[in-house]
Amino acid sequence: MACIEARGLRKTFGSTVALDGIDLRIEEGRIVGLIGPNGAGKTTALNAILGLTPYQGELKVLGRDPWKERDQLMRDVCFIADVAVLPRWLRVSQALDYVQGVHPRFDRAKAESFLAKTTIKSTSKVRELSKGMVTQLHLALVMAIDARLLVLDEPTLGLDILYRKQFYDSLLNDYFDRSRTILVTTHQVEEIQHVFTDVMFIDRGRIVFTCSMEEFESRYLEVTVHPERVAAARTLKPMHERQMLGRSILLFDRVDRQQLTALGEVRTPSIADLFVAVMGNHSVVAQNKDKYEGVTR
Amino acid sequence: MNTPSNAAPDSPLDLQPSAPAVVSATRPVYWSIRREFWENRYLYIAPVAVAAVFLFGFLIMSIHSPGQLRALVALHSAHNHEEISGSFDISAALLMGTAILMSVFYCAEALHGERRDRSILFWKSLPVSDVTTVLVKASIPLLILPVLVSAVTAVMYLLMLLLSSTVLLATGGNVAMLWAHLPILQMSLLALYHLLTAHALWPAPVYCWLLLVSGWARRATFLWAVLPIVAIGGLEKLAFNTTHFANLVGSRFIGATAPIASTDVFPTNPMTHITPAAFLGAPGLWIGLGIAAIFLAAAVRLRRYQGPI
Repeated sequence: MACIEARGLRKTFGSTVALDGIDLRIEEGRIVGLIGPNGAGKTTALNAILGLTPYQGELKVLGRDPWKERDQLMRDVCFIADVAVLPRWLRVSQALDYVQGVHPRFDRAKAESFLAKTTIKSTSKVRELSKGMVTQLHLALVMAIDARLLVLDEPTLGLDILYRKQFYDSLLNDYFDRSRTILVTTHQVEEIQHVFTDVMFIDRGRIVFTCSMEEFESRYLEVTVHPERVAAARTLKPMHERQMLGRSILLFDRVDRQQLTALGEVRTPSIADLFVAVMGNHSVVAQNKDKYEGVTR
Repeated sequence: MNTPSNAAPDSPLDLQPSAPAVVSATRPVYWSIRREFWENRYLYIAPVAVAAVFLFGFLIMSIHSPGQLRALVALHSAHNHEEISGSFDISAALLMGTAILMSVFYCAEALHGERRDRSILFWKSLPVSDVTTVLVKASIPLLILPVLVSAVTAVMYLLMLLLSSTVLLATGGNVAMLWAHLPILQMSLLALYHLLTAHALWPAPVYCWLLLVSGWARRATFLWAVLPIVAIGGLEKLAFNTTHFANLVGSRFIGATAPIASTDVFPTNPMTHITPAAFLGAPGLWIGLGIAAIFLAAAVRLRRYQGPI
């Protein structure tokens, strides 16, 4: 059973199309990075999944219709929709009391033990905490909920690198147990690339690329090509080419590693590089659908 | 992920959470009420503060002219009852005024604050329905504040009575007579009745209208709530030179209610005969409650759609 299943998911704001017929299926136990440029429809897609916005098309999250059954769904789904959505007047102890009061699967001891590792005092109000501490508090609340789907929309936006790293380390070490599903959007892709089991690229309201990380590592190779071999390399149909410090860096999809080693230095690209390649192609050949379908399978 | 579904869909039963997931229906309601008092601390601070200030004034007055009360109690006539209970009535009326003010400001802000500070995204991430949230917010002016303010009134009555008794004892007055004039339990219940009928159920459409606008307007909720009423009233006056609409709204807010008692001497006069049957039988009450229910349903719907501002 899929954790999230969407068919023809559409959402328009007036004449602006935010989601243009998304089909996707996310199995349970995956950590999916949903990556896209600003305004690509990431947050709209997450809002639809979380029952925060109505939509057209079919969408099932854990077998439920999120728009019709949000409050039921929220027993099994948690989300951190942004940094700093905890109300500023709330005390830490009140936050614990409240979530314990309304959530059937909240483990207060777990939240408290997580908070004990931080410098957050239970008598503090949210307004007295730093941005990083608010995120820690929110994470402590969320991680103590035995949910089946966790949705994170730019959870570490505006935090310094120490907090960001700590955030994802906690998530992986203390929370993820392979039966849970985590869906993350972020702009700091490079930092958490190792966390994902799958990536999805979204652009202009469409999913333009989707791939598991195993597949990603076996399919895509990036080569810093020797200057004299650039012409030869281009005959192998790289999906993207960029220049760095006077060298050409070519990105290949499903080209034999042996063959590429002869051309220059080979490595697995970062998700960000692939993202640039896919998005670059996507915008260039937006009219040329065949080629773009080729990229996205 | 994009892998093909590898098996037939599991039985829907597997979808059900394995851990015990039973929260009784009342717990989200209880905690939602707690939340309102955490967020809006003035709901209990204001009435207590008003009562404290009044008590202080009463204390000064009692010390200043201790003989006055003794003389009043000694008079034995029927009409001096009002003079004895006068300051008690003033204190009750003051607290009622506080309750009305709080209700108005609370409702104008109730569904706006959480959108403005984006915390609606946090509240909506928890298994509390929009219906529960909106109904709890409506219950604050319609039920909880009247009960709370009457309780504060009762405590204030008791303290005032003890203070007066002390003064009387010190000046050699008749304490038993004083207590006979001031049945404070009955007076407190009358205050509760008055608050619930005249200042909660009767003006319910006003409060629910404010709630609705607070869930709709992006800013200046109070202005958006009042403006249409002024506009409609003004149009009516211009077009027909009548003031039915303004009168209607005015009578809903403060003014002529359906008959809640046989006399005007209220809020807390123990001689008052209340007429709850007449109040509950008044069609105006039920029309108002019907309109309030429509406003609330609209507010619930709005909260489903609305995100942070």
